[in-house]
Amino acid sequence: MRRAALIALPYMWLLALFFVPFLIVAKISLSDIALAIPPYTPTLDLSRGWAGLRDWAAGLDFENFVFLTTDDLYWKAYLSSLKIALLSTFLTLVVGYPIAYGMSRAPTEWRPTLLMLVILPFWTSFLIRVYSWKAILAQEGFLNQLLLGLGIISEPLTILNTNTAVYIGIVYTYLPFMVLPLYAALEKLDDSLLEAAEDLGCSRMKAFWLITVPLSKQGIIAGSFLVFIPVMGEFVIPSLLGGSRTLMIGKVLWEEFFSNRDWPVASAVAIILLAILIIPIVLFIKNEEKQWESDI
Amino acid sequence: MRRISWFNATSLTLGFAFLYLPMIVLIVYSFNSNKLVTVWAGFSTKWYGELFHNEAFLDAAWVTLRVAVVSSTLATVLGTAAAYVLVRGGRFFGRTLFSGMLYAPLVMPDVILGLSLLLLFISVGLDRGMLTIILAHTTFSMAYVAVVVTSRLVAFDRSLEEAALDLGCTRWDAFKSVTLPIIAPAVISGWLLGFTLSLDDLVIASFTSGPSSTTLPIKIFSAVRLGVSPEINALSAILIAIVTVGVITTSLVSKRAITKRQREENRAGP
Repeated sequence: MRRAALIALPYMWLLALFFVPFLIVAKISLSDIALAIPPYTPTLDLSRGWAGLRDWAAGLDFENFVFLTTDDLYWKAYLSSLKIALLSTFLTLVVGYPIAYGMSRAPTEWRPTLLMLVILPFWTSFLIRVYSWKAILAQEGFLNQLLLGLGIISEPLTILNTNTAVYIGIVYTYLPFMVLPLYAALEKLDDSLLEAAEDLGCSRMKAFWLITVPLSKQGIIAGSFLVFIPVMGEFVIPSLLGGSRTLMIGKVLWEEFFSNRDWPVASAVAIILLAILIIPIVLFIKNEEKQWESDI
Repeated sequence: MRRISWFNATSLTLGFAFLYLPMIVLIVYSFNSNKLVTVWAGFSTKWYGELFHNEAFLDAAWVTLRVAVVSSTLATVLGTAAAYVLVRGGRFFGRTLFSGMLYAPLVMPDVILGLSLLLLFISVGLDRGMLTIILAHTTFSMAYVAVVVTSRLVAFDRSLEEAALDLGCTRWDAFKSVTLPIIAPAVISGWLLGFTLSLDDLVIASFTSGPSSTTLPIKIFSAVRLGVSPEINALSAILIAIVTVGVITTSLVSKRAITKRQREENRAGP
């Protein structure tokens, strides 16, 4: 009895507040925009019984999805998000791997402190960490003042409100999500494997590629998904650091909803984004479950 | 003791400089008396003073705090139950759907979660306000609590629970007196994680909040959208300080708890 209650409580919560909302998004994506409250049509009128249900179903169509394919703003936004997400995941991996590697090879008594130093920014407000780059990258900001002062450049660089600033912001804010799983994988690495490889005449570089990288595969996979999937829908970073030409689908969805108040199109944008992300999300969950099962 | 190589020392130094420099710059600028944030004009704490007289910020901070406490508490109860069921509950109908729904919010983009929850609240006729933000935050914090608690449940020795059951404990008693004390550190860090996530969330709160329930991130976002502001720098410095003190304190406390337990286990051992 208690077991059933224990299962039912979180199960019902997730069904009501996670699963059902997606059905509603799917439904509204098939509706049309209307000047009403709520601002779409048709609305389901169950008090009219079957007739109400039939009228409602008859009013649904795929118009919004057709619209998304005809207006190239959306195509470009999806492609540009995909490009930004892929490239920034790669950059985060390149920046994060040496940090995670250095942490895992550090003396044992340093490791808890190093780990805390990575976790601390993770607990600090995401919004504030993105915002902090505004004062650094601005025309008269910290970076330009520093470089001008050192005589490295003679003209201030324009970085804020460009895609470069978006990449910097993403790598910066998502770095802990990459470093933590990488560190977890690298920490388990048995040193004697590397020693054996070196004894057998392997160069250090070759041993790294042949042993360290493959053995940290799970960390690489988990970290990459943890960066790639949320970045695809990122809204805060492009709107604070990017310019008017930075096109990302999360921003388009936001504007469709809050500025244009076109809920059906916003829902259709969300459904397509979800369709793109469903494969990486499923792979991510499978990867996590595999890891836990191997721990048991 | 192994010595750290040059390569590793360099990558750690550069890596941590990259992680911390922006926050340090922000804190330094918060003490700049100039209204032009990046042009230094002398040390001053006036922006902190102005912040504490800004009613709108204080109101938003109060709303945010209440939402965070309630939602992380609910999320801790639900997330712990979910983790326990998944690790110890065996097979049940719809288990895959359950674990999928539980972990998906970890990676699901905020814009999708926010939009879908808002559309739900509107179709059931729930007015947007603190309650809707709490419901939304509980749903995604639950996933984080479940992950943290699951990793602790997986790691601990199951025979302890079984021993309690053999000695005549009911399942509930065994959970209360054996399992819960062992997973307590994970439950507490799950709560803290949910609490910080809720304090921090902009996107989901923007979708699910009403006009009377503006949270601090919504306020900050609308203030910094157009540029840097000295008041926001002061606010950021305060928030960074709170998090730093919080994280260091919890890690010291949990370290003490671990050493204490190890000592007790050593004493109990053969």
